[in-house]
Amino acid sequence: MYSLTPYIVLFPLIGFLINGLFGKKLNSEKLSGIIGSGTIGISFVFAALIFFNMLGQPSEERSHIVSIFNWIAAGSFSADVAYQVDQLSILMTLVVTGVGFLIHVYSIGYMHGDAGFWRFFSYLNLFIFMMLNLVLANNFLLMFLGWEGVGLCSFLLIGFWHDQKFDTGGYQPGSAMTTDAAKKAFIVNRIGDFGFLIAMFLIFNLFGSLKFDDVFSRASSLAALGDTAIFWVTLLLFLGATGKSAQIPLFIWLPDAMAGPTPVSALIHAATMVTAGVYMVARCSILYALAPATMEIVAVVGAATAFFAATMGLVQNDIKKVLAYSTVSQLGYMFLALGVGSFTAGIFHVMTHAFFKALLFLGAGSVIHALHEQDIQKMGGLKSAMPTTYKTFLIAALAIAGIPPLSGFFSKDEILFRAFSQGSTVLWLVAWVTAGLTAFYMFRLVLLTFEGDLRWSHEKHPHESPKVMTVPLLVLAALSVIGGFIGIPSSLGGENAIERWLEPVFQRAESQLALTQGVSYLTEYVLMALSVVAGVAGIALARRMYLQKDRALIQPKGAFYKLLWNKYYVDEVYDAAIVAPMVKGSEKLLWRGFDVAIIDGIVNGVAKLIGLLSDQLRKIQVGVAQTYALAFVIGIIVVLGILVFR
Amino acid sequence: MLHLLTILIFLPLIGGLLILFFKKGNPNAIKIAGIALSTVTLIVSLIVYVGFDASNPGMQFTHKTVWISSFDISYSVGIDGMSLLLVMLTTFLTPIAMLSSWNSIEKRVKEFTIMMLLLETGIIGVFCSLDLFLFYIFWEAMLIPMYFLIGIWGGENRIYAAIKFFVYTMFGSLLMLIAILWLGYYASMQPGGQFTTDLLQLYTVGPTIPFAIQMWMFLAFTLSFAIKVPLFPFHTWLPDAHVEAPTAGSVILAGVLLKMGTYGLLRFCLPLFPQSSVKFGPYIAALAVVGVIYGALVSMVQTDMKKLVAYSSVSHLGFVVLGIFSFTEEGIQGSMIQMVNHGLSTGALFLIVGMIYDRRHTRMISEFGGLAKVMPLMSTFFMIVSLSSIGLPGLNGFIGEFLILLGAFRSTFLSQWYSMLAATGVILAAVYLLWMYQRVIFGKVTNPANQSLQDISTREIVVLVPIVLFIVWIGVYPGTFLQQSSTTTRHIVSVVQSQRAHDVALIPAPK
Repeated sequence: MYSLTPYIVLFPLIGFLINGLFGKKLNSEKLSGIIGSGTIGISFVFAALIFFNMLGQPSEERSHIVSIFNWIAAGSFSADVAYQVDQLSILMTLVVTGVGFLIHVYSIGYMHGDAGFWRFFSYLNLFIFMMLNLVLANNFLLMFLGWEGVGLCSFLLIGFWHDQKFDTGGYQPGSAMTTDAAKKAFIVNRIGDFGFLIAMFLIFNLFGSLKFDDVFSRASSLAALGDTAIFWVTLLLFLGATGKSAQIPLFIWLPDAMAGPTPVSALIHAATMVTAGVYMVARCSILYALAPATMEIVAVVGAATAFFAATMGLVQNDIKKVLAYSTVSQLGYMFLALGVGSFTAGIFHVMTHAFFKALLFLGAGSVIHALHEQDIQKMGGLKSAMPTTYKTFLIAALAIAGIPPLSGFFSKDEILFRAFSQGSTVLWLVAWVTAGLTAFYMFRLVLLTFEGDLRWSHEKHPHESPKVMTVPLLVLAALSVIGGFIGIPSSLGGENAIERWLEPVFQRAESQLALTQGVSYLTEYVLMALSVVAGVAGIALARRMYLQKDRALIQPKGAFYKLLWNKYYVDEVYDAAIVAPMVKGSEKLLWRGFDVAIIDGIVNGVAKLIGLLSDQLRKIQVGVAQTYALAFVIGIIVVLGILVFR
Repeated sequence: MLHLLTILIFLPLIGGLLILFFKKGNPNAIKIAGIALSTVTLIVSLIVYVGFDASNPGMQFTHKTVWISSFDISYSVGIDGMSLLLVMLTTFLTPIAMLSSWNSIEKRVKEFTIMMLLLETGIIGVFCSLDLFLFYIFWEAMLIPMYFLIGIWGGENRIYAAIKFFVYTMFGSLLMLIAILWLGYYASMQPGGQFTTDLLQLYTVGPTIPFAIQMWMFLAFTLSFAIKVPLFPFHTWLPDAHVEAPTAGSVILAGVLLKMGTYGLLRFCLPLFPQSSVKFGPYIAALAVVGVIYGALVSMVQTDMKKLVAYSSVSHLGFVVLGIFSFTEEGIQGSMIQMVNHGLSTGALFLIVGMIYDRRHTRMISEFGGLAKVMPLMSTFFMIVSLSSIGLPGLNGFIGEFLILLGAFRSTFLSQWYSMLAATGVILAAVYLLWMYQRVIFGKVTNPANQSLQDISTREIVVLVPIVLFIVWIGVYPGTFLQQSSTTTRHIVSVVQSQRAHDVALIPAPK
């Protein structure tokens, strides 16, 4: 059964090649759509087969490596193209291909009529191929291939409508293109990738291999707890994660990435790619367990990102931007979980988040598709025109707000609980406040979009999206409801199936961390109640503020609001501190100043000097024989003099 | 298999002489003949490739004929894994470059074709020579056709650029000539020795030369090669030469000529003067790292596409030099494959810029925008080639850069900072290439002059497809090529490493 693994990866590649090479010739949305979605569907079926096969096996036999070929070998270095199927990677594979398939199907409707239909599907397929390499790789280098590959697809898809303007909501008003957002995403990610790259060098130096098995099995024997080298490895890897998963300080690219078509935002910038950083840290759990300092950094960065992104989400008016900040914030939750040592909770939230956030984006896409508008101030009252979209969107909003028994409640609650029991009260408090903020901005979004006045032009006639779009919404809504049941904690009489499932993967890290579970059920119940309170309070506040007719559009004015609206001026600061000096400095100082004037000036100066000297030398050659004779005689005298007197 | 290398070297030359007899009035016949001849050369090189035994560390296909017996100068040729890859790159790129200039060279087609063929002979000769004197002859001979290619078929400022290129390189090579003569003379001073320029003999003499003398020889060789590479700060001839050179000239110049510098470092500097290499290595590697970052930053702010690509070469070749002076197998293997990679990706970048230039007669980035609309196929090729140059995993550039940086990081001769600083060049490569791509290809067609541009023709596709195939091949399965040079690399590394062991042994043990 495990021998099927390469096909999981292969089919999206085939889809990419067919659509990429022949899509234009095929010139058929139907064929391109079927090939694009079908290949992912097949991958999902294969992954599911393997998964069910794994279920029937004892837990220690569930990890397998399938080698394909030797990729790079030079000197003592060697890396294979080989896939590792285990409890963690199969879970991610199921999410990637499953949610991916639904979004592909949805895209058939969403991208209908677009001139680049085939191109869109070929890029999506390439993305899935790269993402599968990322999660299934059995070594860091192949993971890095997927890592950079998904970044490329993100770049291509953000700038898919490359001649369109894009509202950055602040800096570069009115002049930014979607390709600016695309380029920003790629370059910011590359900064993170730089960290990943150096981390790989360090790992190879330490372990002599980049294979996960080699590295992780020897980690605790080769490195002591708190080892400096491991600290740097984990910190640099985390730098990579902050790029890919949009955490402080590299989160700035994700809100702009909303310039891409909405299915892209759902697939890449919500459900799958942005969780790659979480997956990677979880994969390296043993390394992080050996670096408590990095763990603390991860937890703090995660909590801080969760909070700050949520505050920025409070004031956004672009439906996708709100969701983007929400994604950044939710990713922060996942890192908080990882940072306090609860790798399972992090991965659990990756999964539930994939369901409800993909659903939110697809719902937003459905609205945009109907209204050709992204500004929620110009929406309102859409629930009667788009009932399915509304209901599914509402379910997702309730899920993300942490209302039981929807999926988000279980995964988020697990994180809050772990933040309290394994982290600190401060971390928990930040996460708890963020939970309230989350509920508030989500219901601000729901209410302004679907309830209240109709604030759009009467020439528009929004109606429900076609089946090909609503069916994926319904499936995702079902998953958003039930997805959490695999992680019902024992305090609620559940089995926490996901924890038991992932246990063998995180075993090493957990025994290294030796976490004490000294918290009573009572504390757990109190925390649970508090987080529900936060969610409900957020929703209630939003209803109070935005359900009244005349208050719908009130924008508070004030310094704090302005600060949030301008996203703490982070883009402006980066621009002024890094981008502008680099470009101006390179042009004025390095190129025109140093290269042209100084270096080339010296080169040409030497040539000129030789020319001038030759000119002088030429004057000696006067053509008068007596002068030559005189010089000749002087020369002889000098030479003789030297010979005599030396 | 009789003198296969000799056939390979002189086939283009003889072909060039034959073309002399062609009538001027029929330029197409001349073009076809030129392409056919270089294709035959490619086939001959493939025969060499197939016959090459990668596991043999020595020189293969050797052939030696005494030339000037009193000085022990001989016509001696042979190849190892390193020369093989570069010879293949040369024979691969020459027909492509000639096909690419089918429409862009209109005047003096005959002379152009002959010059291209002469150039090919010169380059292959450089890579195959096992005699320093012979090497020097080819090294200088190849300057002449390149000089004319820039000077006759170049842009507005071609004479300045051609002379600068010629004089600058000449200056370096004169120092090398002195070093060659000194080296031969030194060999004659050995007991029972005589003056020689035989490389394989000198390999045993060179390392024994006392550091005080060896140092000057090493520096003379290195300066000559550094100018050719070009290593920062000896690079300023390159942007001028590229901007003025015709497309075919740029392709060969960037694709192959620059590698003669890095090839020289590996073929001569390291094995002949290992002690000096180790001593000066960190300084040269530092210049290489500066070049990586500096070239990238200056490239970023260029307004002319060709100049941008030219400066990016300074950055990319910096990687190659860094790999060489890491003295590790990983680093040097990376450098070798990166020489090929740079030839492919930068060659293709120049081809594409040339294709755009053929249509618009300008290369200013600001003149363009939205070409994806009118030239979608070209845009796709441009994207793949840019990604290759950026070092995206799965394409060729990554393999080279990764191995180089890994090698430099692990090197016992260099601090880890070299590698970490150079790795920022990977970020910057994305900046300058994607920014150019965005300004030229993406967006709306704002300039009416671009409104009706034709997408690339079948001929132009034929030019680009083979390069793209290799870009993917090397990226996915580099083993084909890495294994050709691995034995050679191991040999070079062992020579330098044994020198270090020797150095360590010289330090008196503490008592």
